[in-house]
Amino acid sequence: MNGQRTFFYQVGTFAVGNRLLDPAMRAGQADPDRANALTSGHRACQGCGEALGARYVLDAAMRATGGKLVVVNATGCLEVFSTPYPETSWRVPWLHSLFGNAPAVAAGAAATLRAQGRDDVRVIGQGGDGGTVDIGFGCLSGMFERNDDVLFVCYDNEAYMNTGVQRSGATPPAARTATTPVVGDRSGNRFGQGKDLPVIAMAHRIPYVATATVADLRDLEAKVAHAMSLHGARYLHVLVPCPLGWGTASGDTVRVARLAVESGLFPVFEAEHGEVTAVRPIRRRVPVADYLRLQTRYRHLFTPTRCDDVLDAIGAVAEDNIRRYGLIEHRDVEHREVSP
Amino acid sequence: MFAVRIHGRGGQGVVTAAELLSVAAFTEGRHAQAFPSFGSERTGAPVVAFCRIDTRPIRTREPIAIADCVIVQDPTLLRHVDVLAGLRPAGSVLVNWAGPVDQLELPPGAVAVAATQLALRHVGRPVPNAALLGGFAALTGQVRLESVLDAIRGRFPASLAAANVAAAQEAYDLVRAECEERQDA
Amino acid sequence: MRSQIEGSRAVAEAVALCRPQVIPAYPISPQTHIVEALSERVASGALHPCVFINAESEFGAMSLAIGACATGGRSYTATASQGLLFMAEALYNAAGLGLPIVMTVANRAIGAPINIWNDHSDAMSQRDSGWVQLYAESNQEAVDLHVLAFRLAEELSLPVMVCMDGFVLTHAVEPVDLPDQAGVDAFLPPFRPRQVLDPVAPVSIGAMVGPEAFTEVRYLAHVRQLEVLDRLPDLAGELAALTGRRISAVTPYRCDDADTVVVALGSVLGTLKDTVDELRDEGLPVGVVGVTAFRPFPVRAVAAALAGARRVVVLERALAAGVGGIVTADVRAARPGVACRTVVAGLGGRPVTRASLRAMLLDAVADRLEPLTFLDLNREVVDRELARAAATRRSGPAAENILHDLAGGGR
Ligand SMILES: Cc1ncc(C[n+]2csc(CCOP(=O)(O)OP(=O)(O)O)c2C)c(N)n1
Ligand code: SF4
Ligand SMILES: [Mg+2]
Repeated sequence: MNGQRTFFYQVGTFAVGNRLLDPAMRAGQADPDRANALTSGHRACQGCGEALGARYVLDAAMRATGGKLVVVNATGCLEVFSTPYPETSWRVPWLHSLFGNAPAVAAGAAATLRAQGRDDVRVIGQGGDGGTVDIGFGCLSGMFERNDDVLFVCYDNEAYMNTGVQRSGATPPAARTATTPVVGDRSGNRFGQGKDLPVIAMAHRIPYVATATVADLRDLEAKVAHAMSLHGARYLHVLVPCPLGWGTASGDTVRVARLAVESGLFPVFEAEHGEVTAVRPIRRRVPVADYLRLQTRYRHLFTPTRCDDVLDAIGAVAEDNIRRYGLIEHRDVEHREVSP
Repeated sequence: MFAVRIHGRGGQGVVTAAELLSVAAFTEGRHAQAFPSFGSERTGAPVVAFCRIDTRPIRTREPIAIADCVIVQDPTLLRHVDVLAGLRPAGSVLVNWAGPVDQLELPPGAVAVAATQLALRHVGRPVPNAALLGGFAALTGQVRLESVLDAIRGRFPASLAAANVAAAQEAYDLVRAECEERQDA
Repeated sequence: MRSQIEGSRAVAEAVALCRPQVIPAYPISPQTHIVEALSERVASGALHPCVFINAESEFGAMSLAIGACATGGRSYTATASQGLLFMAEALYNAAGLGLPIVMTVANRAIGAPINIWNDHSDAMSQRDSGWVQLYAESNQEAVDLHVLAFRLAEELSLPVMVCMDGFVLTHAVEPVDLPDQAGVDAFLPPFRPRQVLDPVAPVSIGAMVGPEAFTEVRYLAHVRQLEVLDRLPDLAGELAALTGRRISAVTPYRCDDADTVVVALGSVLGTLKDTVDELRDEGLPVGVVGVTAFRPFPVRAVAAALAGARRVVVLERALAAGVGGIVTADVRAARPGVACRTVVAGLGGRPVTRASLRAMLLDAVADRLEPLTFLDLNREVVDRELARAAATRRSGPAAENILHDLAGGGR
């Protein structure tokens, strides 16, 4: 490979700036004509990962569909902060029905479009982790199983944020939430519980399943674009840190998401028809403590005394992910440069 | 009946302030009712909380439209929210503001206290609520400072409580001095 | 002990005093503080051996409670609004199975349009589900009602909903007196149901009942509900010996010699009483009747409370679209022949103010009140929308239609 080797010490990441890329490869957000599907003025907290993720997902989908997109949203932060009546931040046709039925409502929209011969208009359903893995799970599984022509996007902030940070089936072990408090000898959410929804989605053998985070927005956009090039049931699971619920600084959202990946706690991969087809390798592995320490929902693991047993148990989860998905390439993973 | 309305932003402890005030009045043997403005606001959005204090049991549940005192936890709200709506003619205004109070367009009796600065110094975080409650005690005399401090102690873990108590105490002293100065003038 | 405490916390304390064994819950505003406080008590070991379960939905939560209760565990949950509706099928089932589950409903409106604020649409929608429904006027009453509810439920083998106004009560901090543990233990014996799932004595529960017996089963359910009205005074008396406060199905306030009486449920009663005091001071003969037990409906007690009234106004915190009042129908049945007006107030959290209540009562006394009135309705907004709709009839959601017209899209 020719070309100049570029170093990115200044941001401490391996992200490649847009200006160094071929225009065709640049991020959708770099496009002055982007849709701004979720436009400014919404009421999310500062640094909300869900707002960031949704904007990228929908703008990428708008680009991929030529603007022919209909969106169905489950109840949750994204719905509440985007539509304080009489205002709305959506510049796409958008419907909020209920908390637990978004995948079915989206499938219904897709059915009408098919009945009316408008196959060019595509449908996205979206919701939080609670709406996806818990209360909406039955409808989602039905939508998968029928292979309805819907991309469902789960914005996973690992708890019920809209109602004040309660545990969901996506809350990780040891995390403190309002319903998994840290008191007595109980230290937050239990180990050995929770749903791995991407894997459950894969078990439906649907055409496409992918995970992504707001740390790698280019990757997120590419996955949306790929998903929209396919038909049938598709599922995208996006990790979106929540400063309020996680107790992170609002300026750290992207950093925290990156550490989730680089610690091995959040595997980023793609699967088609039930088989993993690609993984994003960890380029510089970090100890899980580096990720956890930035979040007050894990403060009890560090003060008043460090809980090494719990940290080790979380480390074992990361280790398991790394092994299962082959997240660490066998080349030298410590090098700090990339070629564009 | 003494009616207090507290204006602030999500994350500034507005609801806690109303609650602590009601606890302070309760410990003095009076009846008190505190309640928030019940929104789905997120961090940084304008919020309101209410507190009624009376010698008789309080039955009414309506939001406070006629206020005897308004506490403004965030001066930037003055541009967006009519915080003075329904304030009684002789009502008091306490605002969290580090500069001279006449820089703000408030009624002549309004008193400012730099509650955020006090909080940063004592607590290390910009949560002005405890300091403002100290100021409230000095300004209105509706509750004793000691009751406010007890309410704070009952609410937070020891070290956090101590920091907030210090902020409230200092705000109390500052507002008291200010009130005395005005009386002399 | 008397303390200045948030309504939700007070209710959680009261529930804890009743020693529940299983608490499945699913979060929804404005119920969250109640179940969060209980989850904390369970996690701390204070409620040992109680099990707290983070359910995956309200349907799951009520179903968990059904299983827990049928196996002999004292079961409690709480919900509101959309959550109560999501439970609906399981609610009827719990009642049909005669399972004495106690549930708090933190009353909240039902969407669409989604609205997290207080009214009674949620509980009213389940009034025929077979659950007993008790409405609290204050947080003190909410606490007392919960203790009563467990005893009532277990004695009569009926599930009980304690309804308390969301936010207005759940999030209000006010003085509450909590009974002590020994007193509650004396009032509420351990749960010993007649039939439980137990290998020692296997029973089949929930068989299909055909036309030959279904009517009889339903009839018995009805009679059992009515028994609540007979048992309530005794149990309330026992509880009063413990708390010094007596709960009754119906509570009249300044009704002697009142020729205009307002009937209402829940926290609005406080503001109403203040308004009535004000009007009484001005010499107007007005009174209030508070209904605590709405299911079963205390027909005789309501009739007695309204015996002297010439005019009755039912203040409703919910709307039966296409009819108007919900409580009104029951009040009319209790007092046939008396002029009965419906006032729908405080939908979706609109504050019910003393000023509006006063104006409404003055209208009522002067016989100016329409049969159905919407308190503080913005006529301008609805008239514009009605005029538009009259001109062109096309379907569309109301909230969005209003905006559409404002934006000049008047199609
Ligand atoms: C049937 C029903 N139960 C409960 C709720 C209350 N509720 C609304 S949003 C929400 C949590 C949303 O969590 P999640 O889906 O993870 O989205 P987030 O807010 O975290 O983005 C809950 C519990 C509801 N609206 N409907
Ligand atoms: S609570 Fe979390 S998810 Fe909700 S708006 Fe705030 S940052 Fe976003
Ligand atoms: Mg979530």
